[in-house]
Amino acid sequence: MAAIFMPVVPRPAPVKTEGFVPWVRANLFGDWKSALTTVLLGALLIYWLPGILDWSIFRAVTEPNAERCQAARGEGACWGVIFEKYRLIIFGRYPFSQQWRPELATILLVTLLVLSCIRVFWKNWLAVLWIAVLFAFFALMYGGVFGLEVVTTDRWGGLPLTIMLAALSMVFAFPLAVLVALGRRSHLPAIRTFCVIYVELIRGVPLISVLFMASFMFPLFMPQGLTIDVLLRVLVGITLFAAAYMAEIVRGGLQAIPKGQYEAAATLGLSYWQTQRKIVLPQALALVVPGIVNNFISLFKDTSLVAIVSLYELTGALGIALNSDADWRPFKLEGYLFITAIYFVFCFAMSRYSLWIEKRLNVSRQR
Amino acid sequence: MAAVQAARTPPKRRDWSWRSQAFRGLVYQVVAISVIGLTIWFLAYNTLENMRVRGIQSGFGFLASPAGFDIGETLFPYDALDGYWKAFLIGVANTLRVAIVGIVLTTILGTLLGIGRFSRNAIVRSICYGYVELFRNVPVLLQLLMWYLLFTELLPDPAEPMTLAGLFFLSKGGLSFPMPDWQLGQGLAAIGALIGIVVAAIYRRFARQRFELTGKPPPVFWPSLGIVLFCALAGWLFGGAPTAWSVPEQAEIAITGGGTVTPEFLAVLLGLTFYTSAFVAEVVRAGIMSVAHGQVEAASSLGLSRGHSMRLVILPQALRVIIPPMTNQYLNLTKNSSLAVAIGYPDVVSISNTAINQTGRAVECIAIIMLVYLTTSLTTSALMNWYNKRSAIKER
Repeated sequence: MAAIFMPVVPRPAPVKTEGFVPWVRANLFGDWKSALTTVLLGALLIYWLPGILDWSIFRAVTEPNAERCQAARGEGACWGVIFEKYRLIIFGRYPFSQQWRPELATILLVTLLVLSCIRVFWKNWLAVLWIAVLFAFFALMYGGVFGLEVVTTDRWGGLPLTIMLAALSMVFAFPLAVLVALGRRSHLPAIRTFCVIYVELIRGVPLISVLFMASFMFPLFMPQGLTIDVLLRVLVGITLFAAAYMAEIVRGGLQAIPKGQYEAAATLGLSYWQTQRKIVLPQALALVVPGIVNNFISLFKDTSLVAIVSLYELTGALGIALNSDADWRPFKLEGYLFITAIYFVFCFAMSRYSLWIEKRLNVSRQR
Repeated sequence: MAAVQAARTPPKRRDWSWRSQAFRGLVYQVVAISVIGLTIWFLAYNTLENMRVRGIQSGFGFLASPAGFDIGETLFPYDALDGYWKAFLIGVANTLRVAIVGIVLTTILGTLLGIGRFSRNAIVRSICYGYVELFRNVPVLLQLLMWYLLFTELLPDPAEPMTLAGLFFLSKGGLSFPMPDWQLGQGLAAIGALIGIVVAAIYRRFARQRFELTGKPPPVFWPSLGIVLFCALAGWLFGGAPTAWSVPEQAEIAITGGGTVTPEFLAVLLGLTFYTSAFVAEVVRAGIMSVAHGQVEAASSLGLSRGHSMRLVILPQALRVIIPPMTNQYLNLTKNSSLAVAIGYPDVVSISNTAINQTGRAVECIAIIMLVYLTTSLTTSALMNWYNKRSAIKER
């Protein structure tokens, strides 16, 4: 009866789960469905890719030569159109010799936008800096000071106009949005009603109708003899439009503040505006920064609509650059791809920033 | 006792002093109303004055006068002698047509893309990710223009179209496809299908009661499908079983017969669908991610398959998160359809634009645009709110 010692058979070593081969096995050939998909999609890729590469790189014409582009038509892309027309596309009809001005102004504005994205710089002086840069922007673009030639707004265009429209309407819409959001949560019925009507009315109609209004009806609204520049009218329209959307975002932030915060503020004897300024808004606005950045992205994309009311921002500038030139007109697709890339770079960068700041700001809420 | 009670309740202060909150609130509101009222009066006065001076006529009387312009595609008969009201009606119909088809396609494509982000296959995952990032970071107007360019310049001429099996033709003239000749049979089939849907709904209710009574789920999907198909088939047979199809054919210079959609319609439809799908995919993804992981684990520990746990456990919970932002996307799509004006699809904005240029009645035409979109927006959100309420958590 002596128990005989029988060692248990050792278990096999665990299957390797890290590294390239296991990753491929898990992610590309997990089961037969996955393997089939991989094979099918891979085959499609191998089938399409050479053609795409051929068209966009190997057979593409990169020199601004209309005849060679014409010869390569249908087989290779004509990137030459961009080298030929890029100044017209990016700066629109701005006088050619003066184009360093919109360039400098845009660099200033973009630098400031980037600075405003960094939390260290969220101080009071940032507002002052914004006002200063906006003045500098207009001085550079419009001229008439420091011996700069005057360039009227109907010649502004391209990327500077796109960035300016988005940035300015954002800057002006923000305070308005905060006020409307507070008004919508106010206990005064008249003020609340006005804010609700404003927000719902604007959110219920497309931007294009607001732009039509700015373009066709605004001149009728003004007293006799007073004409307002079309750029300014469109800017007012976009600002009012953006403010309604932003107000809803801010309201979302306000709703997230617990009631205890208001009660604690009331206990301390703070007035309504003191409560909002010192207690509620700092918390609520920090919550909605990602939402506001997303709103800015859609605003940036929406500025392309002003081309319909004949302001030549990036999309419109491409039209005037290519439509009138019979040599280069056939290569519009390449032009579209070029400005698509510009929009994509800006919007993608901002959406990455929005994700990053969302994580950074809400560190205290994450576990 | 009564004295103590009186001392405890704070006195109602209705004095007319600046220290009374009620009084201050009243003053603020009176100020707000008068400021807004004055602004509106100022704008209206200026508008009327300007119109008087410039000799612009106002009023909606022009709607009855002949429009005098042709419209590229109409859902019902129209010619240039018809009144403006009919042109506007066609515009609204065109807007609704592109919006409704777009919403259906967007929902399907967006949901597939959103679920695709959770695929076990890395290629599918990265395609979905790349699609979303690419399409939502480029302005929709630019996308519409590119589609339009594709349809009007890069496709072959109608004389030598691209074709699929001799049934579908794609060219600069648009997309042609076979369509059944509309006869009594098709109408009865449609009515039959509607009756079938009602009968299937009754059957589903019966199956549910049965399930609650016995605990055994009767089959639902196949019988319902069978009922609908059977009713449609019965209607078709009853109407004389017409089998005539109108098939597009290639003629000398163009394609004749069959149904056709114009390149403008296709460009607007595809542009809006591809753009909005990227957002819908994100909405669906966020909704699925919001369902706690424990739910999936609980479902698989009950022995549900992957498909079952998706359909019975995850999606019903995800829907609650998905519906409100999805409503917003539907509304965005509808509002973005106004960009059709840029490529000449005759939607309501495009018609209004022409009408403004012809009659100069900007105020009235813009009012019509806004009214149309406000009505659609409010109706859609009302419908979606109703659906949202139905799928919300039933709490005790």
